[in-house]
Amino acid sequence: MTQFKDRIPLPPGDAQKTNMTCHFCIVGCGYHVYKWPANQEGGRDASQNALGLDFNQQLPPMQLTMTPAMVNQIQDHDGRAYSIMIVPDKECRVNKGLSSTRGGQMASVMYSEGTPISERRLKYPMIYSGDDWSETNWEHAIALYAGLTQRILDNDGPDQLFFNLFDHGGAGGGFENTWATGKLIFDGIQSKMVRIHNRPAYNSECHASRDMGVGELNNSYEDAEVADVIFSIGGNSYETQSNWFLAHWEPNLRGTNIAKKREWFPGESVGKGKVILVDPRRTPTVAICETIAGKENVLHLAIQPGTDTALFNGLLTYVVDQDWHDQAFITEHTIGFEEMLAANRMELDECSRITGVSRADIIKAAEWAYKPKANGHAPRTMHAYEKGVIWGNDNYRIQSSIVNLAVATHNVGQRGTGVVRMGGHQEGYVRPPYPGGRPAPYIDQELINGNGMMLTVWACNAFQTTINAETYRQVIKRRAAIVNQAMAKAIGSNIDELIDIAYDAVKNKGGLFIVDIDLYRTKFAEFSHLVLPATHPGEMNLTSMNGERRLRLSERFMDPPGIAKPDCLIAADMANALKQRYESAGDTTMAERFVGFDWTTEEDAFNDGFRMAHEKEIDSQGGPTGHLATYERLRVAGNNGVQLPIKEYRDGKLIGTEMLYTDNKFDTDDGKAHFQPSPWNGFPEVIERQKEQYDFWINNGRTNQIWQSAYHDQHLAFRKGRYPMAPIEIHPQDAEALGIANGDIVEVYNDYGATTAMAYLEPDLERGQVFMMFGYPNGVQGDVISEWTDRNHIPYYKGAWANLRRIGANPAYLRDVSFKRRRYS
Amino acid sequence: MTQLSRRNFLKLTGSSAALGTLSLAPVTHAQQGGPLLPAGSTALPYPRELVTKLSELVINQPLYFNYPDNRSPCVVIRRGREIKSGAGPDKDVVAYSTQCTHMGCPVSYDQEAEAFKCPCHYSIFDPDNTGQMVIGQATENLPRIILEYDDAEDALMAVSIDGLIYGRQANII
Repeated sequence: MTQFKDRIPLPPGDAQKTNMTCHFCIVGCGYHVYKWPANQEGGRDASQNALGLDFNQQLPPMQLTMTPAMVNQIQDHDGRAYSIMIVPDKECRVNKGLSSTRGGQMASVMYSEGTPISERRLKYPMIYSGDDWSETNWEHAIALYAGLTQRILDNDGPDQLFFNLFDHGGAGGGFENTWATGKLIFDGIQSKMVRIHNRPAYNSECHASRDMGVGELNNSYEDAEVADVIFSIGGNSYETQSNWFLAHWEPNLRGTNIAKKREWFPGESVGKGKVILVDPRRTPTVAICETIAGKENVLHLAIQPGTDTALFNGLLTYVVDQDWHDQAFITEHTIGFEEMLAANRMELDECSRITGVSRADIIKAAEWAYKPKANGHAPRTMHAYEKGVIWGNDNYRIQSSIVNLAVATHNVGQRGTGVVRMGGHQEGYVRPPYPGGRPAPYIDQELINGNGMMLTVWACNAFQTTINAETYRQVIKRRAAIVNQAMAKAIGSNIDELIDIAYDAVKNKGGLFIVDIDLYRTKFAEFSHLVLPATHPGEMNLTSMNGERRLRLSERFMDPPGIAKPDCLIAADMANALKQRYESAGDTTMAERFVGFDWTTEEDAFNDGFRMAHEKEIDSQGGPTGHLATYERLRVAGNNGVQLPIKEYRDGKLIGTEMLYTDNKFDTDDGKAHFQPSPWNGFPEVIERQKEQYDFWINNGRTNQIWQSAYHDQHLAFRKGRYPMAPIEIHPQDAEALGIANGDIVEVYNDYGATTAMAYLEPDLERGQVFMMFGYPNGVQGDVISEWTDRNHIPYYKGAWANLRRIGANPAYLRDVSFKRRRYS
Repeated sequence: MTQLSRRNFLKLTGSSAALGTLSLAPVTHAQQGGPLLPAGSTALPYPRELVTKLSELVINQPLYFNYPDNRSPCVVIRRGREIKSGAGPDKDVVAYSTQCTHMGCPVSYDQEAEAFKCPCHYSIFDPDNTGQMVIGQATENLPRIILEYDDAEDALMAVSIDGLIYGRQANII
């Protein structure tokens, strides 16, 4: 950030310019990074600055986004100071020059001396010794890590080594880092006791869709521009996939791209797009859709929470009874339709009774999305689902019902259609096969039950982002304290003695040795024993793909703070140290498990994993043609990158795949899409009990200003000032009945735990329902969520009922926080 | 290298009666391409200009004006109750740039919602809380025009700006 709020430095014409995909959400907007010596600045004449704009005059609207949050001053290890500016790329087909409130602050979150961010970044490995933390070097830290790992591995086996691990793209992930950690843990250590960053086991959030042969990212963002109907299920895309919504949904709903539809689909009836939104809450996205498209083109199905399966089974039944399904496609390219239909059949009255949606609205949704158009062609309907489904009442079952309907109506493999998850993080998965089965072990419960000796927490924070969080935290803290007490007596110990002490604590006393690898010293890290500093994009080269499988390279442009390292090179250090220890012990068999980490750069990790899936047994989102992507080719491809899978490299360009399944060949052994029976089966028992016992459904999710666990945002005045505590939207009449006013601190409590939130009155909420921001450091909603999961251990984050009570007012919240309505209309 | 244009120089000196501390002493370059500052100053040379007579404001009715030059549209509103950073005897008057900090579209004041709304990307800003972004895609609050009240003249004077106006390298061109 700059010193002044009313002026910013301009990049000179010769400023270094590199590519950056936004660190944060699934959309992965393209940005450019300008870097130049801090003692220089560009001039206001268009010829004097790298943006090529004339700042001698007021620029017209929509010309650019360039704010104080988009500039910063950094210092590289050679002591030289530079200014940086990170601005959206107008040529990027993802965001078309738009920036979101999250991506627009990327420059502000880069390490810069003297800022709140820099004060809180980890710069050096830290070890808990004596009774306090001390900084150390990599050799010491890795020696302790490898030594204790080896001791446990040899004496107790790999399943005493637990991991909380990222699996995604963007910051804290990416192909380089998922590969390195996967190779270390699955090939080397061979542990299956791994959970993923926001769920308590190693699993996919889209097992159902994949089991049916339909990968969950099967279309392009451009398909949202030409769909007749966008069917949004459990999503809030204005806030959580902002530029997908603004750059691609918006022109369709506004009706400004009808000519494009005519061009793409000659002879077909086309018009302004319509949107159906399934959500118990009237979200900000619903309000904005009504503003853009007019209420007559927006259908909000405010279902009863957790009844999505019934809704989609009812819709399927009605559509088939009207003969609006594609029987020829079903016959030729699918199996299991009749069996599925028999199992899932649900008549309209029953569907309406369970979901709370009127018969008329169910029929209206079916007519919009599936009734043949005037010219006889079926509507092109894009189905997009997210956390209302992913974290809904039985992920596997709901998703099956949605994909059943989309496949039966042939809304897959054709432009303007698709059945896709909207996504949270970007993607970036490439790992050796997971050594465990399915369902994978429920790691959180294993820890709560006293299992596991060592836990490595890698770029995630389950203290804020897990279910049954209060119990989880209590157990972790208690078990960590056992190791702390042992370590407190280790003054003067060398590494081998330290390993002995730690091992005794975890082997004989019920302790848990915790290692945390992160950008910051998180709440989880506070209870760790070893903390290792990592880097994020810009401080390292990193590849990821977005929600339309678009692979890009974010280029390193600055040095990391202190001696922080990319996660992939930290994993390599661990593997190399383990290899050396086993070689020293003469155990060549074990040493062999840790070979192949002789990397010096992130590119080495990329080349060893993502680019080798044609030769090794690797689960890779790049597939067997990933080897065609090199760092150099990706630099040339810039922010448009290439959509995976890559078809070929021709004439200096990577040629990708815009849409999957256009050949009607699906990802199953027989190449056919597989329908799955998924009859409505009500609620889990624990949820039924909560519904009877408590007054409020505790809906939860994101607001657009805050990314993930607020790991950056909690240090930025613009973000933390907006939400000093997790807000909880509540209907004014419910609030009045409980004596609650805007800005009051409210306790949310049930039989699982209690948390606090800041009241935010909102008349669009249904009575008896509240909406609390998820994953925030100040007010952890997971504290009141049960341990129930679906068959694959996917949590039901949306399934909590609790009571509320007023704690009292905080005058500072009232003074500094806006409580104006968040709905545009 | 940009020099202070004669037009702007005259504009500034032409209103020198209201300029207060801005002298006609030589100016120095704060930075290449940046604004020209009076020697010894780190603040931009904002003009002090009359916005309106307080008595001409109707509660919750926006009044539009330009500041710090005629290419920068702004709005002043009397809220009728004391609010954070409010000016005037009742601390109830606020003024903002009407160019959204995201991409410069003109925000409009929604009298019912008592908020500014951007029609391009749907950001909402709160006039009662220093222009705080309620929801939206901006990374900055709405630039706030700092007002002073001249009791003798019943005059609301714009004196500076908190925040960068969209589409500018610096608020003073």
